[in-house]
Amino acid sequence: MTHDLKRLAWKAFDRVGTTICVVLVVSPALFFFLWMLSLSLKYEIDNGAYPPVFIPDRIAWQNYVGVFASNNFLLYFWNSVVVTGAATLLALVVGVPAGYGIARMKAERSAIVIMIARMTPGLSFLIPMFLIFQWLGLLGTLVPQVIIHLVVTVPIVIWIMIGYFETTPIELEEAAMIDGAGRWQTFLRVTLPIAKPGIVVSMILSVIFSWNNFIFGVVLAGRETRTLPVAVYNMLSFEQVSWGPLAAAALVVTLPVLVLTVLAQRQIVAGLTAGAVKGG
Amino acid sequence: MSVTASSPIAAVTDETESGQPGGLSPSYWPFVVPALVVVVATILLPWAFTLWMSVSEWKIGEGHHFVGLANFAHMLADRRFGESIERTLAYTVLSVVAPLVFGTAAALLFNRNLPFRGLLRGIFVMPMMATPVAIALVWTMMFHPQLGVLNYLLSLIGIEPQDWVYSPDTVIPSLVLVETWQWTPLVMLIVLGGLASLPRDPYESAEIDGANAWQKFRYLTLPMITPFLLVAVTIRMIDALKSFDIIYAITQGGPGTASETTNLYLYSVAFSYSDLGYGSAIAVVFFALIILLSMLLLQLRRSSARLAGGSK
Repeated sequence: MTHDLKRLAWKAFDRVGTTICVVLVVSPALFFFLWMLSLSLKYEIDNGAYPPVFIPDRIAWQNYVGVFASNNFLLYFWNSVVVTGAATLLALVVGVPAGYGIARMKAERSAIVIMIARMTPGLSFLIPMFLIFQWLGLLGTLVPQVIIHLVVTVPIVIWIMIGYFETTPIELEEAAMIDGAGRWQTFLRVTLPIAKPGIVVSMILSVIFSWNNFIFGVVLAGRETRTLPVAVYNMLSFEQVSWGPLAAAALVVTLPVLVLTVLAQRQIVAGLTAGAVKGG
Repeated sequence: MSVTASSPIAAVTDETESGQPGGLSPSYWPFVVPALVVVVATILLPWAFTLWMSVSEWKIGEGHHFVGLANFAHMLADRRFGESIERTLAYTVLSVVAPLVFGTAAALLFNRNLPFRGLLRGIFVMPMMATPVAIALVWTMMFHPQLGVLNYLLSLIGIEPQDWVYSPDTVIPSLVLVETWQWTPLVMLIVLGGLASLPRDPYESAEIDGANAWQKFRYLTLPMITPFLLVAVTIRMIDALKSFDIIYAITQGGPGTASETTNLYLYSVAFSYSDLGYGSAIAVVFFALIILLSMLLLQLRRSSARLAGGSK
């Protein structure tokens, strides 16, 4: 009887302790994003107050209105969409078949090239690429950024797809080929449909790391070709911007990624632990 | 070992999983060729170009000519470069150790049955997926000595206000704080993968033997997740060495050059001073350093694997 009581008490203690620990572990992330939201919704007078105001009496929606109304924001948003979209699409077109070929040839060692890309500082691609794009006269367009983002997106896609195709059964493909289908036909009709979850994972991670990329745009983007991270950074350095609009802009830039993270949490976790690949 | 077997670093180096030479069936080559073209054009060719530039005097807007190893000789005498290397190493050590400790602790927690586990994990993972520049802007506001929320939070627990990134003495630890906040989740995910693969039996016999929680962690869990910790250390080290976005957006290497890591110095040389030749030489040395340190870790991983294999 006392033994049972002791166990019950221990269980309750354990549960309370775990809850406290979880709150502690999650709170830095939770506090940061809530504070970011708070900054973006406050007037200057509240953002400059000490002690800080967490929930303001008056909400400064105008911070967000200002972001969309000013500074070519929609142009930069569109630039980001084009660069990320094109770099991800191209990466899928060349990367998915490559992952398939490498997995079927059992040539995983060729992935050393991907490792090297992973270990190389982005700047050492940027120095030569900058010159090449200058010679080709492409610097005023989005093309250089799309091409250099491939350095991030292609390795992610190839890596995740190698891991994925290694786990898909080869028997179905063999059956299709016995029925007279060619390799490409088999790949398109039989293998690709099965690989859809893997493709989704690699697409999500490719989109996120391309969207977040900053260093390539800093060097290669002109006034008209900035992506969002570069545009937001420039808001900070070129004008004495107040905190509210700046925080609002920062939140708008990263919101698509945060929404994607929450919606596709399971796929992202699977992709990151399988690939453990990060761009940049 | 699902993570180690499928992580890029492990697969490339794993000796047990050799790719059957001669077993390459040529018919799959067409699938790989387009990606090969892209990789050669965007990764290998630029690298060759960088090597050539590193032995040239090459400034934006001026001509270029071969100078042999002059750029590398210059580096030896360049104090700003030497200091940037020291700073980078210090930054890296801190940015590996702190996320490793916190990430492992968080993984032990997330490995338990929690209510709302998925949601909590989603929130926990957000820092590493969010746009680094956007994060950096908000951290800059939080670091503000007078109006920043961090000094206010410190005052609540009776700690005097800090200068954070505004003082040469505290700028590196402050940036490491951001880096730790951002990348602890990645370590957590890798270790969590390791914990999920652990066998149940040793724990049951340990419980019968009356082992307490700490003993079980120290003598069972820790040795078994060591391969995963080493993968996490390797990935973390590479990322910390080449960290750029956060440092550039928060301090631009300042105050003075107090947070100028090699990657930031490289950026300044190449694109602020337009000295592409010297910049390329730094890029080559910097890359060699990353490779060297990764090989050292790989060696460590092999010997620890051998140890684990021998003790069975």
